[in-house]
Amino acid sequence: MQTIIEIKNLKKIYKDNKVALDDVNLNIFKGEIIALLGPNGAGKTTLISNICGISSITSGDIKVNGFDVIDNYREARKCIGIVPQELSFEPFEKVINTVNFSRQLFGKKPDEEYIENLLKKLSLWDKKDQIIRSLSGGMKRRVLIAKALSHEPDVLFLDEPTAGVDVELRRDMWNTIKNLQNSGVTIILTTHYIEEAELMANRIAVINNGKILLIDKKDNLIDRMSKKTLIIHTNSKINKIDKALEKFQLRVSKDKKNLEYDYSPNKKKTGITTLLNEIKKTGIELIDVQTKQSNLEQIFVEILKND
Amino acid sequence: MINFRSIKAIYIFEMSRTFRTLIQSLISPILSTVLYFIVFGTAIGNNINFTNEIPYGAFIVPGLVILTISMQSVNNASFGIFFPKFLGTTYEILSAPISYVEIVIGYVGASATKSFCLGLLILITSTFFVDLNIKFPILMLCMLLLSCVSFSLLGFIIGIVSDNFEQINFVPMIIITPLVFLGGSFYTIDVLPDFWQTITLFNPIFYLVSGFRYSFFGTGEVNILISIFSISLFILLCIIIIWRIFKTGYKIKT
Ligand SMILES: Nc1ncnc2c1ncn2[C@@H]1O[C@H](COP(=O)(O)OP(=O)(O)O)[C@@H](O)[C@H]1O
Ligand SMILES: [Mg+2]
Repeated sequence: MQTIIEIKNLKKIYKDNKVALDDVNLNIFKGEIIALLGPNGAGKTTLISNICGISSITSGDIKVNGFDVIDNYREARKCIGIVPQELSFEPFEKVINTVNFSRQLFGKKPDEEYIENLLKKLSLWDKKDQIIRSLSGGMKRRVLIAKALSHEPDVLFLDEPTAGVDVELRRDMWNTIKNLQNSGVTIILTTHYIEEAELMANRIAVINNGKILLIDKKDNLIDRMSKKTLIIHTNSKINKIDKALEKFQLRVSKDKKNLEYDYSPNKKKTGITTLLNEIKKTGIELIDVQTKQSNLEQIFVEILKND
Repeated sequence: MINFRSIKAIYIFEMSRTFRTLIQSLISPILSTVLYFIVFGTAIGNNINFTNEIPYGAFIVPGLVILTISMQSVNNASFGIFFPKFLGTTYEILSAPISYVEIVIGYVGASATKSFCLGLLILITSTFFVDLNIKFPILMLCMLLLSCVSFSLLGFIIGIVSDNFEQINFVPMIIITPLVFLGGSFYTIDVLPDFWQTITLFNPIFYLVSGFRYSFFGTGEVNILISIFSISLFILLCIIIIWRIFKTGYKIKT
């Protein structure tokens, strides 16, 4: 897969000595939707701001399409469109004017046809002569997306596009984002909603306290998510796992009374029957069995807790 | 390589913002000029004579123009850059493939254009009240342009450094207006006591008014070259400050 953004050892320390990004390394691939998932204050906006030139980099390197964002900022920035977290716009400007302005600001020749198609794609065409202030919140966000895409960038940053938005609008936004991906744009999406990351992203990077704690394909994460744990309660204290049971990679609970076994319910052979048979042979007496499913949310919480 | 299209985008955007409020932005400065003429030029001025050749009404024209364009340039440029900060739309300018120089040219250029036009309008208005024979028209236009640019640069700095609307209004009200009034806009400094004459020599606007007046009447209180030198020095100073601001990202980048 082709890398479109390459981040190496990125560090950001704000003026008040707040470390917002701590040695971030991240590669973003062409055509993917990657979700930066993390709680408020994790450093998501800072990361985006560093890439786009809105905030200065303390140390480290960022390349976009092979262009360094500092040494070669003109080339790098031409490839990028950004939709900020806050809805910021010129209230009395007409939709069409503000979108045309953005295109020119990025040094592109006017192209009425492209802008018309873009506005149609975002269902903004019939609102093109309205002033931005008169639009609803969801439409305002779309105007910002249109501005960000007006210069035909390869990469689109969406900073919390659905924060504080009702369910219907959120679904709307998700469809819009999927359609954008289909038109070939690479999308970096920040969110603190797990379901959003799960629904939208090809890959998920979990970020907290300025560090990327985990990055993986969503499917792998879901695989982990679909893991189940079989908890076997016994009435004896287990100090050492029997040799015959070693192959099951069992865990012993803290109070030494339970055995825990991870398995994938999707697989044909879960190994549960064999395990129980083997346990029976060792003579351990069972009191109860119980299964537990971890989901992305738990994984997430677990990761944050260990951080 | 200069990115003209981006500069044009900022320039046109800024100009069109003015056109939306064109009447307001012209009426108030022109009205106050007319008032000055009626009060100073006609009512009081007939009893004043600083220089034997020049009628008082004509004498105050350069000062009046400087008074208006200094205020307007500072206002235009400071609001031009402060509004995006206030609205949060600077993200777009900062993430665009443009250099700091281009940003400054766009904003300061638009601001200077506006006040230059206004300066000309005031000159035209003044011809309804006094006979004006401008001795060095080209020099006059150059001085006018330089003044517009220098005050717009100053306004740009004020707009960046300010955190709220009060601060933006503070500098023009508290510093520039008094400097213009005390800079010999309405009198020659030799009517002042010695002490105040000396103080006036530290007022940069004194040199500006003097130079500007020279282009009208061929006489000024200081040599025209000193005027041109000091205004260039002022522009240079502003440019250095702006360069430092962008270099360090002060109040622009977090
Ligand atoms: N301009 C700033 N000055 C100082 N600290 C900041 C600034 N912006 C953000 N921070 C701090 O940096 C950390 C990361 O913030 P941010 O990137 O906005 O997080 P997120 O977008 O993930 O919510 C937070 O602790 C925040 O308080
Ligand atoms: Mg944020």
